[in-house]
Amino acid sequence: MAGSGELTAGAVALQRFGLGPKPGQGEAFRAQIRERLLAEIAAGGVAQPAGVPFSGTVEIGKALFAFEDQEKREREARRIAAATPAQDGQQGMQMAEAPPQAQPAGPQNQTAPAKPPNEPALPYRTYRDEVKARVDLALAAETGFGERLVMFWSNHFCIGATKSNIGRIMAGAYEREAIRPHVFGRFEDLLIAAESHPAMLDFLDNRQSIGPNSPAGRRQGRGLNENLAREIMELHTLGVSGGYSQADVTNLARILTGWTMAGRDGRLGFPGSFIFNPGQHEPGAAPLLGRDYAQPDLAQGVAALTDLAHQPATAHFIATKLVRHFVADDPPPQRVEALAAAFRDSEGDLRAVYRALIGSDDVWRAPATKIRSPQEFLLASYRALSRKPDFGQVIGPVGVMGQPFWQPPGPNGYADSNAAWASAEGLKTRVDVAAGWGRQAAGSVADPRVLADDILGPLLSPETKQAVARAESKPQAIALLLMSPEFQRR
Amino acid sequence: MTAHHDDDDCERMTPSRRAVLGAAGALFAWSFVPKFAYAAAGARDPRFLLVILRGALDGLSAVPPIGDPDYAGLREGIALAMDGPEAALPLDGFFYLHPAMPNLARLYKQGQATIVHAAATGYRERSHFDGQDVLESGQPGAGHTQSGWLNRLIANLPAGEGVSRKGVLGVGVVPPLVVRGDAPVLGWAPPRMARAGSDLTMRLADLYGQRDPGLARALAQAVETEGLAQRRGMAGEQKGGGGPDTADGMRRIAEGAAGLVGADDGPRIAALAFEGWDTHANEGGAKGRLANLLGGLDGAFAAFEQGLAPVWKDTVVMVATEFGRTAAVNGTVGTDHGTGTVAFLVGGGVKGGRVVADWPGLKPEQLYQNRDLKPTTDIRAVAKGVVSELFGLSGPVLAEKVFPETSGLKPVPGLVV
Repeated sequence: MAGSGELTAGAVALQRFGLGPKPGQGEAFRAQIRERLLAEIAAGGVAQPAGVPFSGTVEIGKALFAFEDQEKREREARRIAAATPAQDGQQGMQMAEAPPQAQPAGPQNQTAPAKPPNEPALPYRTYRDEVKARVDLALAAETGFGERLVMFWSNHFCIGATKSNIGRIMAGAYEREAIRPHVFGRFEDLLIAAESHPAMLDFLDNRQSIGPNSPAGRRQGRGLNENLAREIMELHTLGVSGGYSQADVTNLARILTGWTMAGRDGRLGFPGSFIFNPGQHEPGAAPLLGRDYAQPDLAQGVAALTDLAHQPATAHFIATKLVRHFVADDPPPQRVEALAAAFRDSEGDLRAVYRALIGSDDVWRAPATKIRSPQEFLLASYRALSRKPDFGQVIGPVGVMGQPFWQPPGPNGYADSNAAWASAEGLKTRVDVAAGWGRQAAGSVADPRVLADDILGPLLSPETKQAVARAESKPQAIALLLMSPEFQRR
Repeated sequence: MTAHHDDDDCERMTPSRRAVLGAAGALFAWSFVPKFAYAAAGARDPRFLLVILRGALDGLSAVPPIGDPDYAGLREGIALAMDGPEAALPLDGFFYLHPAMPNLARLYKQGQATIVHAAATGYRERSHFDGQDVLESGQPGAGHTQSGWLNRLIANLPAGEGVSRKGVLGVGVVPPLVVRGDAPVLGWAPPRMARAGSDLTMRLADLYGQRDPGLARALAQAVETEGLAQRRGMAGEQKGGGGPDTADGMRRIAEGAAGLVGADDGPRIAALAFEGWDTHANEGGAKGRLANLLGGLDGAFAAFEQGLAPVWKDTVVMVATEFGRTAAVNGTVGTDHGTGTVAFLVGGGVKGGRVVADWPGLKPEQLYQNRDLKPTTDIRAVAKGVVSELFGLSGPVLAEKVFPETSGLKPVPGLVV
């Protein structure tokens, strides 16, 4: 039998490393949570969401180009209809009916694939289904540790779903293709998968970056865009104080020219997929962090990224972010160094890094100070309440709380601190959200007092227990449970 | 839709709840904010709002130096012109204003707007996030994110000063770093969903009071701000709408901030942030991506002017961004991260109608690192000049506490009426 101190630590760990218990699960898990987490690391994989509309980037690219062509035809039809009002008898019914600023609601072209009324356009529909699928997966997960890692890395290598149609329609596929396969793998594989994904190349403008001395650069007089190169070093690998210069940024931008997405003509590859376009690649060797990269074409960028993945500054930066995420806003330096050492010694084997985290007793004993992020709060709440939310019940709450899926305010991702999430307005918004969940779940939760015991176990304080018991209604009792310090902090 | 939400609120607001709400207001009033504390008769009761533009505003497009012979050549595809159908708005014959900003042009003509050009903080790298941390922390370098300079400003006003007791308002679900710190922080964001009943909030305040001082403090501050918003009649406004990177979102945020800062018993100092200024590609000229954002900012100026009308004569709105963008257009008809840019001062309290600039020129050797507009005015010196005249802070406090290690950086004088 585990002692009471261990049970409390296990209860914290279930929230710290996972997504919180589901009813009936807590007691069985608390005593053996460390073994379960280590077993998940040893197994080394996370599930893929089911029921997504397109299996991968290639199908998405095809569908997106068809959608955009259709939109263009409809716009053109509306333009013609608006420009020639007197001739509508000759223009055909569907064109004459289209008002100049019509909502793209109904099909206006007989050849178009019919879209059900009130359905959003394809990119948003795809985003919706991807969000739903990834939330379903997180709600079904046992401990949720793997899903938390997916969320962590998805935020570390974030892209934005609002920048373009490509970002919107590919956001889910990006996480499925670039992040999920590698969260228990090697950092260099994760890095290269992320930087070469069309969603990333679109988000950080590398699609448009052209070597000034490449054939395309000479022909079009266009040139470099250094956005991706800078963020790779600042945000994805070395960190801002990782010892690179403006010249390194420009040189990495040169090295990465030609990393792009195949266009609709399919000339260089299947439309929508990653391709290397030699016609845009800046020729010649380029120095980076004191090393010369003379490899040809795609190999030059792969070599540069591989070396960046193995820099000591990268190990330290990743270790710092992981400890900050899972342990405390001010990461204990000793723990950071332990994870960084595990990263360096294993040459970036992320499983070794996670073992250094989970295996540490001081991580285990650290007080629960961090407030759950809005996404964690949502997933933990729906798990605790055994609810199966629809898309609106997901995107509404995380939107108002400031953390909608795949829409961070910038390429540095969502914040990871109490200063960001436990603000006055942020907390008040949580109360509003919890009040809504309390009303929605009141019919299915038999007794909030029993649920509080079940979900919080040894963490449940006498004060929270009393507040739940004395609530004026069942919805209010549930909201108090969800907003209790024990549920909010991990 | 709005009416529907309001009805929903009202249904749950039974008579007994209304009575409780009044009690809640009284309960939280003690926490830190006196409900009515007027400035001494005759003394100025100033308002200061800081607008942060996240992503690095291209100052050479917002306020193009069309009179500079090198301007047009650097900006092929996005340069603005002094004549033609989409002409920039004239300022002083050398500098022009982007045509998406007619309100700012009008305020400038009325002497209520000053433009500071070739400005930057002391930060000379090109990371957005470090740049924003430096701008907001007010520290000489990156890596200091414990507190922001507006919070320290309030904390260093004389004890009992009305301005400091009213706290600093940070707009947004996530408060900007510039307001964070030990002094009271009020939070507000455009409402997007039905608010929870006050009874639940009171019970939580009680629970947090027993178990969690951090959450207790945050909740008390939120309740106080909500009470203020209700007294200002802001409770029933439109829910939903665009984010802080849309013209609609910027206007609503500005209206909300103006409503709270304009209240007799409201905060005197606020910070808000507009997003989306990182124009690496297809930046656009007179029309396009940046033009839409500048139009949003211009609409926010109008919202401030309207919402703060009774106190506009004592108001200064300062607009700043973390750094500028490259002087030359890049390979994708946009601009990359740079250094020098513009800052705006707008309001009835501004001694306006001028461009403050020690213009460095745009020839390659005049640029910073042959690449960016060279900064010749430190934004901290501008901020120091404004807040010292508005709030009467002493030079040493400004140079040590609010903007540490800036004793060599003299406040720019004469910015405030």
